[in-house]
Amino acid sequence: MATKLKPVDIVLVGFGWTASILAEELTRTGLQVLAIERGKYRDTVPDFATTHIQDELRYAVRNGLFQEPARDTLTFRNSMDQTALPMRHLGSFLPAVGVGGAGVHWNGQTWRFLPQDFVIRSHTEQRYGKSFIPPDMTIQDWGVTYAELEPHYDKFDYLCGISGAAGNIQGQIQPGGNPFEGPRQRGYPLPPLKRSYATVLFDKAASEIGFHPFPCPAANTSAAYTNPLGVRMGPCTYCGYCEWFGCGNYSKASPQVTILPVLRQRDNFSWRTHCDVTRINLDSSGKRATGVTYVDEQGRQFEQPADLVICCAFAQHNVLLLLLSKIGKPYDPITNTGVVGRNYAYQITSSVDVFFDKGTILNPFMGAGALGQAIDEFNGDNFDHAPYGFIGGGYIALWTTGGRPILQHHLPQDAPKWGAGWKKAMADNYLSSTSIATHGSVMSYRDAYLDLDPTYRDIYGDPLLRLTFDFHPNEHKMSGFLTDKATLIAEAMKPRSLHPKPRDGHYSIVPYQTTHNTGGCAMGDDPNTSVVNKYLQCWDVPNVFVMGSSVFPQNAGYNPTGTIGALTYWAADAIKNKYLKAPGPLVQV
Amino acid sequence: MDTLHRQIFSHLAVLAVAWLAGNATAAPAVSPDQLARGQYLVRAGDCASCHTAQHGKPFAGGRGIVTPFGVIFSTNLTPDKESGIGRWTEKQFYGALHDGVDDEGHHLYPAMPYPWYTKLSRADVDAIHAYLGTVAPVRQEARPVQLPWPLSWRGSMVGWNMLYFDAGTYQTDTSRSAQWNRGAYLVEGLGHCSACHSPKNVLGAVKKHESLEGGSANEHWFAPGLGGNLRDGVGSWSNAEIVEYLKTGANLKSASVGPMTEVVMNSTQYLTMADLDAIATYLKQRPAAPTKSPPEMAALGADALARGQALYIDNCTACHMDDGRGVAGVFPPLAGSSAIQADEAGTDVHVVLSGSRMAAPASKPTGLAMPAFGWKFDNAQMVDVINYIRHAWGNRAPTIDVDLVKAVRKDVKPGDSPSRDAVKVRADAHARPALWDVDEDPHLRPHAPAAPASAEGH
Repeated sequence: MATKLKPVDIVLVGFGWTASILAEELTRTGLQVLAIERGKYRDTVPDFATTHIQDELRYAVRNGLFQEPARDTLTFRNSMDQTALPMRHLGSFLPAVGVGGAGVHWNGQTWRFLPQDFVIRSHTEQRYGKSFIPPDMTIQDWGVTYAELEPHYDKFDYLCGISGAAGNIQGQIQPGGNPFEGPRQRGYPLPPLKRSYATVLFDKAASEIGFHPFPCPAANTSAAYTNPLGVRMGPCTYCGYCEWFGCGNYSKASPQVTILPVLRQRDNFSWRTHCDVTRINLDSSGKRATGVTYVDEQGRQFEQPADLVICCAFAQHNVLLLLLSKIGKPYDPITNTGVVGRNYAYQITSSVDVFFDKGTILNPFMGAGALGQAIDEFNGDNFDHAPYGFIGGGYIALWTTGGRPILQHHLPQDAPKWGAGWKKAMADNYLSSTSIATHGSVMSYRDAYLDLDPTYRDIYGDPLLRLTFDFHPNEHKMSGFLTDKATLIAEAMKPRSLHPKPRDGHYSIVPYQTTHNTGGCAMGDDPNTSVVNKYLQCWDVPNVFVMGSSVFPQNAGYNPTGTIGALTYWAADAIKNKYLKAPGPLVQV
Repeated sequence: MDTLHRQIFSHLAVLAVAWLAGNATAAPAVSPDQLARGQYLVRAGDCASCHTAQHGKPFAGGRGIVTPFGVIFSTNLTPDKESGIGRWTEKQFYGALHDGVDDEGHHLYPAMPYPWYTKLSRADVDAIHAYLGTVAPVRQEARPVQLPWPLSWRGSMVGWNMLYFDAGTYQTDTSRSAQWNRGAYLVEGLGHCSACHSPKNVLGAVKKHESLEGGSANEHWFAPGLGGNLRDGVGSWSNAEIVEYLKTGANLKSASVGPMTEVVMNSTQYLTMADLDAIATYLKQRPAAPTKSPPEMAALGADALARGQALYIDNCTACHMDDGRGVAGVFPPLAGSSAIQADEAGTDVHVVLSGSRMAAPASKPTGLAMPAFGWKFDNAQMVDVINYIRHAWGNRAPTIDVDLVKAVRKDVKPGDSPSRDAVKVRADAHARPALWDVDEDPHLRPHAPAAPASAEGH
């Protein structure tokens, strides 16, 4: 039986970006806040120390910082007529485990979504008519607007010390920035990173075509930075070990580098690690959460009472927790009723490899996770979609994230796959090759969803989460369009050769694409199509909130972390200034 | 007054009342002001650093003080009547601080800095006694010292005291300013700075004529000189830089490591700006110490320098930069650092071997850490890289050899990394104690916030 612990005011499930932000905000109220994390405690030193972190085999190949599927996984199928099987190896996406969450191993690409992204259905219907949206596409407005989120985007940018060039300050378009972005109240806290030579070539080519390239917003510091909490970051060294690694130099924003130093000093904050939260407990009415149940490393079960429960785990895990805890009506794609698990979405990516003659030295090893140059002409609804017949878009960018030997190299199609010929091709191309990426949005659909697997169970005997997902024609069409535009830029870079790699066929969970899993707890203004309201509060159980990308009703053509950060500050503000003053539903319908 | 301060203040008041009630016969009335003053003085004297064991209860003692002669365990300062100082009268307590003699007439070992505390005024000692009377009593018996005979016989300290100990309250130097005198009182008395920052003789006594010229802080840590020397003193530091360092653990010239991080966290960060200014004034008016002239670059040899530079570029430049200047406000400079150029290189070796963490007071909460290199560098590489940083960019210091590295390595676990546990005041275990454990005794957390502003100062 579970040992009942003394109550706390607020329990956070998970201890990554969203929990860290909330903990910092909510401990200011004097309330007792407890974070429960399934992984271990991690700190810059010793866990990500420069003495050992640049170890590609250990961290990138052998998944040093990620969830272990043997301990926690999900089942997957492409369509409802298939039988889902457990994901026994990580591939397409890489959820984190441990304090700091994926905020430790991300690249630092910190975008804001476009203003239209938050009102995608009403905007699309208005511009192109209702019939432009396919009948099985279940996209919806977020219930929150860009204007409402802007102060919170700003807060996250300044927490992280984002390096970038503003494109739109209070409606004034700024030269050198992204002219398509929503208006921001002020510029980035830090200037852009130094450019790699490959991004210089991309910038020149894109400009020649008539596009408006700009430096990608980066949570890698271009200079020393002290954030508003007084926490100091060192300048990025361009070591090229961001993605899938922790930063040993205090220069990639993470909870460890930006928030935890002050959080550790708050006496009303505590955390527990190596604890799996298995349930959010409800009272007999089913309308009020009483706390959570968790299992510690020794298998002991504890009940942790709390007045407020906030789900801060990885996207799919939040959905699983709600389903297992019977919070909200589970989604049923047959009857098209219910909400929990509905509107799962992802990201569709493609690339164009670019090979120069040996004389063009790009030195790819001098990189940073978000060192890149991008164009945004073909994102969201920045262009007229009417001729193309699809919805959505994405940015096209040349990233110099690094030149790691095992996984970060590009070889021409005709290069041998092994042996002396392969080695020669590597030697010939390593310094002179690069790649242009497209980062496409994924809409939500009636048959793309999460539910409980009928067969497979986890180590506690609970059903695994089942993911049913495939790319739809809209996404293939859109991604093909982006790939063509990327190819255009690649050609303008005048390389020796290039190799477009479109994303064709069914979604496969095997090759890595992105860890941008979204949806399942969609936010919105209608309880019949959303799990949480515009303040990320559960419609059905008002003392449960859900953070993270699981609340995205569909995914935009950007990396999600900037929007996750903004939504978290937005929700924290609502909890502090609305919910705690009068606990109860913040939106009446 | 914010909520937190109000809580602390009321807590102090309640404790004062409780203490008074339990000591109805005690003559002097203890006011909340006196308690707050006592707390301030306890912090200024850095009592917590030695009298709290790692993960131990505050002031309950039991921390092993490693001296060249053996290990001496700190005693229990809580008001527990059996194992603490709960039965000690004010007079007995004063005897300990002023004369180095305990309540039963036994001599203390000078690991307890009574040779400095003897300078304290009676009123200050009484305030300290009053404050210690309010901390939660802990039953924890003193651990016997681990010293060889005859040092294990406390009577041997009579001889030591005859040779090296001059009892006597601080006497104001009327030819100096009040600020200078206040600084002298804090540095030479309560702060007992020279206990670490001075050379000692074979019996562990400070060499009086070389006071504050740099000395062992035990366990191979070398506390750099605090004289006016430019190279290995604070001659190049402005008063404001001294104040900033003591208040926050770092300035543009240096950052705390090892035991000094503890001193900042447990003691100097709590001092008023007036007191810190006084310390700076006193230190800056000290003369430069005679310095051994360090060998020229040639003594090291071009090959050794090149080997060291190669190691430095591969392992150190990401933070400390090619030019050794670090990053202002973030990573401390090595160029021009008095700690790095100290005649004895124990601190250099210690830090490279086991890493270090900067102090993390609320004013500079980051607590940046350097990782341990002991597992990565062999002894020869340690020698090369340390000789390089002691000679590059205009730095000059005596070269080190492999024997020093071996000696430090013997005592410092090579796998040691600077966990936050090392900073006692913020004893963050990797899982913080459950909230309610802390709450039961908020007054006793060694990291309780500073005393109410109204009670600061003198």
